[in-house]
Amino acid sequence: MARSVTNQRKIINTAAAWAIGLLIFFPILWTILTSFKTEAQAISDPPVFLAFDWTLENYSVVMERSDYGRFLWNSIVIAGGSTILGIIIAIPAAWSMAFVPSKRTKDILLWMLSTKMLPAVGVLYPIYLIFIRMGLLDTKIALVVVLMLINLPIIVWMLYTYFKEIPGEILEAARMDGATLREEILYVLTPMAIPGIASTLLLNVILAWNEAFWTLNLTAAQAAPLTAFIASYSSPEGLFYAKLSAASTMAIAPILILGWFSQKQLVSGLTFGAVK
Amino acid sequence: MGQIQLNQVTKSFGAVQVIPPLDLTIEDGEFTVFVGPSGCGKSTLLRLIAGLEDVTSGHIAIDGKDATEVPPAKRGLAMVFQSYALYPHMSVRKNIAFPMKMAKIDQAEQDRRIEAAAKALNLTDYLDRRPGQLSGGQRQRVAIGRAIVREPSAFLFDEPLSNLDAALRVGMRLEISELHERLKTTMVYVTHDQVEAMTMADKIVVLQAGVIEQVGSPLELYNRPCNRFVAGFIGSPRMNFMEGTEAAKHGAHAIGFRPEHLKISVTEGQWKAKVGVAEHLGSDTFLYVHPEKGGETMTVRVDGEFTARHGDIVYLTPIAEKIHRFAADGLRIE
Repeated sequence: MARSVTNQRKIINTAAAWAIGLLIFFPILWTILTSFKTEAQAISDPPVFLAFDWTLENYSVVMERSDYGRFLWNSIVIAGGSTILGIIIAIPAAWSMAFVPSKRTKDILLWMLSTKMLPAVGVLYPIYLIFIRMGLLDTKIALVVVLMLINLPIIVWMLYTYFKEIPGEILEAARMDGATLREEILYVLTPMAIPGIASTLLLNVILAWNEAFWTLNLTAAQAAPLTAFIASYSSPEGLFYAKLSAASTMAIAPILILGWFSQKQLVSGLTFGAVK
Repeated sequence: MGQIQLNQVTKSFGAVQVIPPLDLTIEDGEFTVFVGPSGCGKSTLLRLIAGLEDVTSGHIAIDGKDATEVPPAKRGLAMVFQSYALYPHMSVRKNIAFPMKMAKIDQAEQDRRIEAAAKALNLTDYLDRRPGQLSGGQRQRVAIGRAIVREPSAFLFDEPLSNLDAALRVGMRLEISELHERLKTTMVYVTHDQVEAMTMADKIVVLQAGVIEQVGSPLELYNRPCNRFVAGFIGSPRMNFMEGTEAAKHGAHAIGFRPEHLKISVTEGQWKAKVGVAEHLGSDTFLYVHPEKGGETMTVRVDGEFTARHGDIVYLTPIAEKIHRFAADGLRIE
């Protein structure tokens, strides 16, 4: 009896999980499907799901009209650069918070996170002006710095929770073994935290890749990443749904593939410390 | 060389002073054991010597040189931790090589020392394994190997055997003692287990609440404990104490006598008592007896052949010259 109830539960849970999963994935699926439709089919009412004339025309038009490679390269540089720079700054920060905490460490952590609660547009004006003065507007460096700063609290938080799990005695052993602080972090802490650092890297690449507010506001032609590439196909009248969808698909494909192959790492990173 | 001197050393965590001003000298080549109950400050004291904690005031000198402000890495000491603290991502070989790598010792010399340490510690077959693939005893040996290759002026051991099972603990205890015999290097060893202290030490430092109660050789502490705390802490099973009129007869507030210093008889003796529990260890038997006139349960150590069962009546007589006398403040009366 108990067993049959458990099985029933299992089926219901599985079905519910699939339903929620599909619901969340549906907009992406719809975008991908739309990218293979003609503009007329894309806006047809009632909408067609699969029974349409599949075409690659949108992709060839998009490739012809814009320099996808350049946008892609900018995205890689900006997302990768800001994440790596963030990690380099966050490792020592998280080290000090995890292993030599002060009375105010928890407050600092919360304060860092609170910066994420401020609407970004609140500081757009000063940052915009600073970048104009410094001649950094529409440069990749500017975006690397801004996105690094935006995501730094998350990077520090994630690394902090990972580092907290590493026994302090091992670092003390390294100190007794003659390691300097730099050697202790480089040879002992970092290798031990590789899984944590990897999931932090992944999550932040995704966040930086998808970031649209700063990338759209601080770039024009030179440093524009894939978010700007998508935006260039949106129009208030919504006349080019199919092409917009093709551009979106091309923009999200790299990160989608990366995410797909590193699911395990990501899930373990996001649920780290949830159990045990 | 490996003389360690603590001069008026104190340690406070916030407003709490865990080590009041303390002086201690550990001589070169000596095996010194810090022993005391949990929370007595023995590990803190070791960490102060190691440099892993900063002293609040006072000075620490190693080989006559002031090391108070010297970072742990530069003190020339090696430490073995309770949790072994091996680097889990490195092989045994790399774990042992790590301190030499930090000291930039050339590869040939590194290999030579690794081979020698591995041979001495029976680790030769495990050099390419990771710590996760080793047993507790093997891990502890790797930790010791990592300490040996540094050729430190002193070894610091922080309860190194408390994670091992009983049989292994005895074996490792012997190995560490043999290591000390062979290397003749200063060793400072922290334990809460007074058996470890008695069996390994040249010198025992008994601590309570950060204060040194007594310093001396194991037998000095056993035969002439300077106060009631040391008398009760050193020796297993612990010393029996008696207060009141029996103590007054000896001109003391309390008297103490060890379980082996009670003569037992089934016919006559000074005190009549009833047997509670009998622990048969084979060679010896420990009897826990309840004196007829009340008071604490007493422990008597008798020959393994002595048969006594729960509820049996026995008579006890302490050996007069083995009685320890203590004043009301706990200090020994000579």
